[in-house]
Amino acid sequence: MRFKLAVSLVGIFVLLLLGKTSVIAGDLDRFLRVKGTLRIAGGTAHIPVMKEAAIRIMGVNRDIRITIAGGGSGVGIKQVGEGLVDIGNTGRKATDNEIDRYGLNMFKFAIDGIAVVVNPENPVVRMNRSQIIDIFSGKVNNWKALRWKDRGINIYTRDASSGTRKVFWEKALSKGKITKAANFVKSHGAMKSSIGMDPYGIGYISVGYLDDTVVPVSLGGISPTLENVRNGDYEIARGLYMNTKGEPAGLTRLFIDYILSKEGQKIVAEKGFIPVR
Amino acid sequence: MRSSVEKLAERGFLFGALLSTSITICILSFMFLFSLPLFKGGHIAQFLRLGWNPYEGRFGVLPMMVGTGIIASFAILIATPFGIGCSALISVFSQQNFGRLLRKLVEFMTGIPTVIYGFVAIFLLVPLVREIFQKGTGMCVLSASIMLALLILPTIVLFLSDAFNSVPKNYLDAADALGATPVQKLIYVIIPLAWKGIISGLVLAAGRAAGDTLISLMIAGNALQIPKGLSDAARTLTSHIALIIASDYESPEFKSIFVCGLILFVFTALIVLILRLLGYFQILRER
Repeated sequence: MRFKLAVSLVGIFVLLLLGKTSVIAGDLDRFLRVKGTLRIAGGTAHIPVMKEAAIRIMGVNRDIRITIAGGGSGVGIKQVGEGLVDIGNTGRKATDNEIDRYGLNMFKFAIDGIAVVVNPENPVVRMNRSQIIDIFSGKVNNWKALRWKDRGINIYTRDASSGTRKVFWEKALSKGKITKAANFVKSHGAMKSSIGMDPYGIGYISVGYLDDTVVPVSLGGISPTLENVRNGDYEIARGLYMNTKGEPAGLTRLFIDYILSKEGQKIVAEKGFIPVR
Repeated sequence: MRSSVEKLAERGFLFGALLSTSITICILSFMFLFSLPLFKGGHIAQFLRLGWNPYEGRFGVLPMMVGTGIIASFAILIATPFGIGCSALISVFSQQNFGRLLRKLVEFMTGIPTVIYGFVAIFLLVPLVREIFQKGTGMCVLSASIMLALLILPTIVLFLSDAFNSVPKNYLDAADALGATPVQKLIYVIIPLAWKGIISGLVLAAGRAAGDTLISLMIAGNALQIPKGLSDAARTLTSHIALIIASDYESPEFKSIFVCGLILFVFTALIVLILRLLGYFQILRER
C-alpha cells in the first residue's frame, strides 16, 4: 500500500517535471543559460507582475534566484541608488534630483490607474472631483453628507514613501491637503484589506489590485476601468517604472527585456494593468 | 594553570559586559550626533512645534510624542491590575499545581510574536471597537492600548509572581498565625515586601510598551493628529520612524527621525527614572 503510494507520488512528480520543461517557449529562452541572483524592491503595485515573471523564470531555470520586496517607490529609488537591489520599482517618475544623484535609468513597463475605493456595503459609488477633495481634506466628514448613514468617514492614505500617494495627491486632490485624521497604511495589499474590513472607509489603490472585496468609485461619471484608463478618459493614472543604477547588464537586462517582451506584456495585462507595447 | 584559565574567563566576561553596556552608550551618542545638526541649526523649536506636514515644511513630532505617551500609559494602566491579580492567583491563592500550570501558560504568552497580536487584533478587536464607539475606524488609541497591555502582561506577571514568591516564609507563617485571610496576607504582607520587584516589572513593561512598534503601527491608525479621546487614531514615535525611514536619505523628514529616536530614548529613560524614584521613596519610608 505504502509502496504503491510512493510509486504514484514519484509518477506525479515526473509528470510535473515533464510538464514544466515542455512549457519552455520563446521569450523565456533568454534565461536558459544564465545563473545568478536578481533583487527587486520598491513599489507595491508592481508586485503581482514581478512575482508572476519571477515564477515563470525560476520555473525554467533553477540557477536563477529572484527576490521581490515592497516598501514603496521611495524605498525602490533609495535601494537601487545605494546598490542594495538591482531593480528599484516606482509608481511615479523618478525626480530629476533622484536621477542626477544616483544615475538612474527608467523603464516604463505599464500604465496603471489609481481608483478611489470604498467598502462593498457602501452605496456611495459615484462622486465628483470636488467631493473627493472635500472628503480627503476633512471638510466633509460624515457619510450623511453623501446621502448615506450618519457615520464618520474613515480616510485611509499611504505613507510618505508611496508613489501612489504622490500621484493621487497631484492628480486627484490637485495637491489639496489630506486631513490629519487620516489613517496610514503601508502597501496596496494593506489598503485593500483595510477598506475591505471597514464599511465606512475610503481610500485609493492601483486599478490592478481591484477585486470584489472593494468597490471602485466613479469620478464625474467615469469609472476607473482599464478601458477608461487606456483611452485617457480616467485621468488619475501613472506609469509603472523599473529603475536601474546606470545601464542595466546581465540578468537585470534580461529581466527588463522579458518584462517588455510579448510574454511579459501579456503578464502585465493579465494582472490588470495596461501594457506599454 | 588553573588561575590563568580563570583569569582568561574573567577577562572574557569583563569584555562581554563592557561591550554590551557600551553599545547602549554608543547608540545614545549616535542618535545625539546625528540630531546635532538639527539642534545647532535652531530647527529644534520646529520639531517640538505642532503638526507634521512635509509638503509645507513642517516637521513637528509633538502629536507622535503625545501618541506614544497616551498609548503606553493606558497599556500600563490596563495591564497592572490584571498583572497583580494574575500573579496573586499564581503565587498566593491557588493550589500548587494549578498555579504552576497558570505560570507555564503565562510563560508561553511571552513567546507570542507581536505581529500575531497585531493581526489577530485587526480581525477581532478592531471591528468590535468600531461598533462600540459607533465612529472612527476602530484603529485607535484604545485598541492599541489593549493589545499592548496583552503584550506586556506576561512581563508584569512573571516579575510579580517572582517577587511574591521571594517574600520570606516566616513572615507568611506569622500572618497565618495571626489569623490573616489570604487577601489580608496579600495586601498587608506580600505587596509591601515585594514592592521592589513590582517596580522592576513595571519598569520593564513600560519600556516595552513605549518601544513596541508593530502593534501601534498595525492598529493605532497612524493618524497625524493629537488624539483627543480613546476612539481617535494616533501615531507613536516608533511607528512614525517606521513610516518615515523609507523616505529619501537627504530629506529633512529622514533627518528628523534621529530626533524622534532621541526623544524616545529620553522618554524610556524618564519612565525608568520615575518608577525607580517611586521605589526609592518607598524604601525610605520603610526605614
